[in-house]
Amino acid sequence: MTTALYDIPGPQARRRHLLYGLLATVVILGIVAWALYLLFDTGQFTAAKWDPFAYEGIQELLLHGLGNTLKAFAYAAVLSLLLGGVLACGRLSEHAALRWAATVVVEFFRAMPVLVMIFFVFVALKVQPLPALVTGLTLYNGSVLAEVFRTGVNAVDRGQREAAYSLGMGKTQVMTHVLVPQAVRAMLPAIISQLVVALKDTSLGFLITYEEFLHAGKLIASNLDYDLPFIPVVMVISPVYIGMCMLLSWFATWVAKRQRHSLKTRKVEVAAAEPGPLLPGAGQQLQEPPSHRSGPKTS
Amino acid sequence: MDVLIDNLSLYGEGLLGTIELTVYASLLALVLGFVMASFRVAPVGSLRVFGTVWVTVLRNTPLTLLFFAVMLGLPRFGIVLPFQLFAVLALGCYTSAFICEVLRSGINTVPTGQGEAARSLGMTFAQTLGDVVLPQAFRSVIPPVGSTLIALAKNSAIAGSFSVTELLGTYKPLNEMGYSIIWSFVWIAVGYLLVTLSISAVFNVLEKRWGIAR
Repeated sequence: MTTALYDIPGPQARRRHLLYGLLATVVILGIVAWALYLLFDTGQFTAAKWDPFAYEGIQELLLHGLGNTLKAFAYAAVLSLLLGGVLACGRLSEHAALRWAATVVVEFFRAMPVLVMIFFVFVALKVQPLPALVTGLTLYNGSVLAEVFRTGVNAVDRGQREAAYSLGMGKTQVMTHVLVPQAVRAMLPAIISQLVVALKDTSLGFLITYEEFLHAGKLIASNLDYDLPFIPVVMVISPVYIGMCMLLSWFATWVAKRQRHSLKTRKVEVAAAEPGPLLPGAGQQLQEPPSHRSGPKTS
Repeated sequence: MDVLIDNLSLYGEGLLGTIELTVYASLLALVLGFVMASFRVAPVGSLRVFGTVWVTVLRNTPLTLLFFAVMLGLPRFGIVLPFQLFAVLALGCYTSAFICEVLRSGINTVPTGQGEAARSLGMTFAQTLGDVVLPQAFRSVIPPVGSTLIALAKNSAIAGSFSVTELLGTYKPLNEMGYSIIWSFVWIAVGYLLVTLSISAVFNVLEKRWGIAR
């Protein structure tokens, strides 16, 4: 590991680092032990609080909630990919009116908290929780994905587009046969990372009483019969949530590594496995491709 | 229009709540993120592990779950604080993981030769860090930090559902008073645009002043 911060340590520095390491380990273990003590002290590991998880009804409730979470995620993922494609087409269009309209839509929904959209659809348009959640997630993630797609298309080496045009291909052919395949490959890690954001945001359904995973947890946690097992519930549902998101994040990182070594992405910079930028205009630096090969602006 | 004029104080309170949440949580996130980033680039193994675990776990936790756990969980341990402080804690910790990654990749953009040159000139660690590495890293992290703080401002909307006064929460009393729900949402949207656009304006100025094109 090389860094600008320090040289490769010699024997003396290594010994010092080992000492620091031991001290830090002791402190960290101390914090963990204190947290565990607090958990035991407030009686979070009593049988009564963990009892509910042994019942089939409660297990079914949790699984049902998890299923609803995944259902919302699946709808939101597919629809936001579609919306993202449409908006990206708009933003890359040669017709100024279309481009303007798409830009306004994308910038507006990227600047708006996703929760505001979800509440607006839920409260003002009075629809069911699931469609409200899916609509909100789709509008937001679709707009961010549109920017990701657009950045990808713009990041394809200029020579590719020029070569395709000089072969006599039409506008649409150049897009569908040359630019989009390379852009999607390069942007796949960023796209998957944005889907992680969508997966995490399905938990916002909890706030509009959509019966998803967190909602199921809340129901169990507020059950007096089991001595209000709030902490056990958190200890059960958070690993599941974090695990799901982590799997998807790792998949994005794996795809990024794979695409970077692929011959098919030689003429385009592969994005890092991170969600799209939010700063209005943050992707703009990429507009001028010549000599500027810094790649997608995903920090 | 009536909705805004009749309830100016309500909207003002909400907007102020959102701004307060954003500012305090940003400060917490920047400080914690800086600490975690320094852990992650430290030559000490256990600190690196701690930083990595912090970032991996928090980046993959849904913020609603974190709010849920902090707001309703910490009181079980006898920690009773105002809701707003809990919200700042949850938002700040969550965002600190993203800030940490931004700062770390900023530090990693500084070429190794810069540090080597500084040390070969006889600069101490503090001098290398303060005069050579951090100023260069700072220049390249301005836009991504801005992005992250905008995300934080938008995420603060979740706090409204956990009994914290902020902008999105104002729709409820307005709804009960019988105002047009669509218009009250329009003004809420305007409020959020105001907050996010001013953050991005600030960071655009910073970027113009200090940023560099690599």
